[in-house]
Amino acid sequence: MVEVNAMGDTCPIPVIKTKKAIEGLNGAGVVETLVDNEIAVQNLKKMADQKGYKASCEKLGDNQYKVKMTIGEAVEEKKEEFAKKSERSDSSENTVVVISSSKMGEGEEELGKVLIKGFIYALTQLDTLPKTMLFYNGGAFLTCEGSESLEDLKFLKEQGVEIFTCGTCLNYYGLTEKLQVGEITNMYVIAEKMTQADKVVKP
Amino acid sequence: MKENKITFCKSGGCTAKLGAGLLSHVLEKLPKGKMDENLLVGYDSKDDAAVYKVSEDLAIVQTLDFFPPMVEDPYIFGKIAATNALSDIYAMGGEVKTALNIVCFPENMDLNILGEIMRGGSEKVIEAGGTLAGGHSIADSDVKYGLSVTGIVHPDKIYPNNQGKPGDCLILTKKLGVGIICTANRVGEASKEAMDEAIESMTTLNKYAAQVCKDYEIHACTDVTGFGFLGHLHEMMDGRLSCHIYASDIPIIKEAVHQADEFMITAGGQKNRNHVGNAVKFENISFAMEEILFDPQTAGGLLIAVSAKEAKSLEKKLQDIGLPAKIVGEITQKTATEITVL
Repeated sequence: MVEVNAMGDTCPIPVIKTKKAIEGLNGAGVVETLVDNEIAVQNLKKMADQKGYKASCEKLGDNQYKVKMTIGEAVEEKKEEFAKKSERSDSSENTVVVISSSKMGEGEEELGKVLIKGFIYALTQLDTLPKTMLFYNGGAFLTCEGSESLEDLKFLKEQGVEIFTCGTCLNYYGLTEKLQVGEITNMYVIAEKMTQADKVVKP
Repeated sequence: MKENKITFCKSGGCTAKLGAGLLSHVLEKLPKGKMDENLLVGYDSKDDAAVYKVSEDLAIVQTLDFFPPMVEDPYIFGKIAATNALSDIYAMGGEVKTALNIVCFPENMDLNILGEIMRGGSEKVIEAGGTLAGGHSIADSDVKYGLSVTGIVHPDKIYPNNQGKPGDCLILTKKLGVGIICTANRVGEASKEAMDEAIESMTTLNKYAAQVCKDYEIHACTDVTGFGFLGHLHEMMDGRLSCHIYASDIPIIKEAVHQADEFMITAGGQKNRNHVGNAVKFENISFAMEEILFDPQTAGGLLIAVSAKEAKSLEKKLQDIGLPAKIVGEITQKTATEITVL
């Protein structure tokens, strides 16, 4: 495994450093690149897509991301990855997070907003991500322009979490044009996702 | 001198622009003062410059642009920054009158470098037919340079950026790919020929294209800069129009295809993709071409909407004065997909 530190580098430097590291492998292997911004993550993933490398990303903290690329027949790494994956799919099988308000818990509104932001951030840090997130009523504000959780939600979506926001709610609050992450859905899908879930988490 | 060169050029030109999404976020929240009906174009529109009507037959056009260097040669950087700043006046249909320098420069850097930057800038202001009337400079850790430009236009002859009509042809007057080439150059990967081509393009005033346009009925016009071809095209569609773009007709710097395939791509390009990607459908377009269409352009060309009847003649006149101008697409009625690239 080769590690590339591209913290503080502006694009295209992280991509170029990673490309050089991959060339240095002379074949199969794993390269992990540290970067400090989401855009660099996206550019690295674009490269992986084009080259057919397997890529995954982990958010290590504020302004710190690790992108891992697997090149060619890196058997051991693949196995490890596979084990991790199946472990993940086992334990995370169909957990649905339902967010029905722009705040978390009863009490002061300001605190409630801080808490829900913290909750969504905390989701990004979990080893086991939920399969689906549903946003309805006041929750619809969180997937729209002006929400402070957009970066975290976009990250979750990139990691494969389905994000759905209730269309009726977007319409009611005049937010239809402002949706920034995930898809619009209807009550049938919401009902289906919730009834078919193994676990419904409602903060 | 060598050390200076290294710090001189970091990530420059229009690739340094803040992302459009980020920006509209902030602008939306600003308090709006009392409406002045003489302000014909302001920042609640997404147009290139502000236009203020002074009398029935005179309006002033104001714009401001500055950025960090994207080339090593300070004199060329000055020319490029000025060409870019002056461009917004032309995109509004105006003519340049006065310009003011905007300078950020490290106190411990060789002042001759600053002299070279400003020499390049003032040459371009003179070429534009304007007068350099002053400026403002501050000490800063990095070099930045640009101009605040004032021009004039007849209030009835302003080129809006969003009044295209279904059936109009879209004409682009310069090659795309300068952002990618400058990026490749920064890491020593661009060929000298490609870099020369990019510099030639970035130092060509849009004045000449604008002069040719005077003989035609221009429905909409904008200059292609930091938001890339697709970003500015998206603004031109204004949520009420759609268009078809013919990728093979788009003028590009050829080497940009190779460089994009080598991932000489910027954060700016990816921000543009995030911002307008949803409005765009690519039909069998290569990855490299997609990147070129999102690539932030420094001092890019004019993007013009003109009736299909006049388009061929305008394209030819622009080519006759030596521009790589091409008809690159057409505007349609609004459809589900705003921009289709074929």
